[in-house]
Amino acid sequence: MPAVSFQNVSKTYITSRGEFPALKGVTFDIEPGEFFGLLGPNGAGKTTLISILAGLSRASSGHVTVHGADVQADYAQARRRLGVVPQELVFDPFFTVREALRFQSGYFGIRGNGDWIDELLDGLGLADKANANMRQLSGGMKRRVLVAQALVHRPPVIVLDEPTAGVDVELRQTLWQFVSKLNKEGSTVLLTTHYLEEAEALCGRIAMLKRGELVALEKTSDLLQRASANVLRFKTDHPLPAALAAQARVTGRFVQLPAHDALEVERILAQVREAGVPVEDIEISKADLEDVFLDLTGSKPAEVAA
Amino acid sequence: MTGWQTLFYKEILRFWKVGFQTVAAPVMTAILYLLIFGHVLEEHVKVYDTVSYTAFLLPGLIMMSVLQNAFANSSSSLIQSKVMGNLVFILLTPLSHRAWFVAYVGSSIVRGLVVGAGVLLATVWFTDLTFVAPVWIAVFAFLGAGLLGSLGVIAGLWAEKFDQMAAFQNFIIMPMTFLSGVFYSIHSLPGFWQQVSHLNPFFYMIDGFRYGFFGQGDVSPWLSLAIVGTAFLAVGGLALHLLKSGYKIRH
Repeated sequence: MPAVSFQNVSKTYITSRGEFPALKGVTFDIEPGEFFGLLGPNGAGKTTLISILAGLSRASSGHVTVHGADVQADYAQARRRLGVVPQELVFDPFFTVREALRFQSGYFGIRGNGDWIDELLDGLGLADKANANMRQLSGGMKRRVLVAQALVHRPPVIVLDEPTAGVDVELRQTLWQFVSKLNKEGSTVLLTTHYLEEAEALCGRIAMLKRGELVALEKTSDLLQRASANVLRFKTDHPLPAALAAQARVTGRFVQLPAHDALEVERILAQVREAGVPVEDIEISKADLEDVFLDLTGSKPAEVAA
Repeated sequence: MTGWQTLFYKEILRFWKVGFQTVAAPVMTAILYLLIFGHVLEEHVKVYDTVSYTAFLLPGLIMMSVLQNAFANSSSSLIQSKVMGNLVFILLTPLSHRAWFVAYVGSSIVRGLVVGAGVLLATVWFTDLTFVAPVWIAVFAFLGAGLLGSLGVIAGLWAEKFDQMAAFQNFIIMPMTFLSGVFYSIHSLPGFWQQVSHLNPFFYMIDGFRYGFFGQGDVSPWLSLAIVGTAFLAVGGLALHLLKSGYKIRH
């Protein structure tokens, strides 16, 4: 039985400008124990899909199950099996970190959860903040509490929606160590992120969404092979000719273009020369996930989530 | 601990942690009302032959405090959690709509009764208040707080901004409580306004509650019980339905 199953999930929002289809018949399964990445540009429907999984939103049609429990018909069972780290940095200003975690345990009907709460606090580097009020914590610390809150009931499926957006390096490392440990111990992890290097490093399998539709569902290694095997990189301060600019990935001065073979490399360099664009530090290298992403979705991932 | 008990306890702790604002302040307000209106009107208003105006006024003020605070508790908790975004922590749990209802309305009843008891304890020494039928006192305090707590749930779900909540509170709850006979017997009103007052469910809550103290009221306590009980079932039922359908909280 899959850990998470999306069957033909559609969601249409009724807005003042008419109907907006956020998801169009998305179908895929996540197997138990997988570290699974859900990627896509802003507005692709990632958060909508996760909201439906978590019961925060309802699908217009289709079914979602968590270890066989339908998220609508059998919501209590489904939510017990799910630990969701929300994207927004939310907190309850009335309570301390430990109170927040004890309440969250209680909502799941768990009492005497102190040992596991201590383990979570230790593992996430929150031990010395246990009795601090939520208001006093920095953004990074609040994010850690969100992760702890999602895990208080030891869910077999952990959902992380953009957990490292705007987060410092130290927390990212703490977080990934902790989540990887849980994954090795058997937890299923579903991750959405804008940081493609994270997805490439962590996720065994990846689904990509584009405008509410699934455009890729493959092992990360297969996905990387699927893209242009090689890319041509160089630096320049000048604008590229239009034909090249359309397929280029530009980061500051760095320009990167898909180049399958030597002929294409020659063709690109010829175009650059004809346009009179001076380039330096030319190199040819393997494509990474961002190239695949660009190739499949036709858009660039946001640098940092809002 | 089962889930609803945790949420119930959390909601009580939420208002208790800011007790100056949620308990002491409304008690203080009620005392000021009693001192000022009692002093000004004591010689001018006679409602029942055997009861002084200050004694008549006190149950009305207590009930008004119970009702307003019961409403404030569930409504402000929900709107704050919605605006802050932390309602998501509860939305992600297996808690049923019944658990939500019991926890939010239950904690509102507790706050209403705590404030009401506070007003009573602070003021009973200044008046010659009697307690003729304590069961009626308890029944109406409980039902009234439950009704307003349920109304607070509805308002809290409906409102998207603090401004809308303030409108609900100031243009619906406040006029209905003030025009319900807290400060006067409706028998002193002109005929038309008497009829209007009879349409206000708050009037029956206050009158039934007051009956418990003096053994007399503007209408029979059984009529008040029937109306307040029916209103509680209707409003509570609507609140439950909205929670079940995820009105404005599950999209």
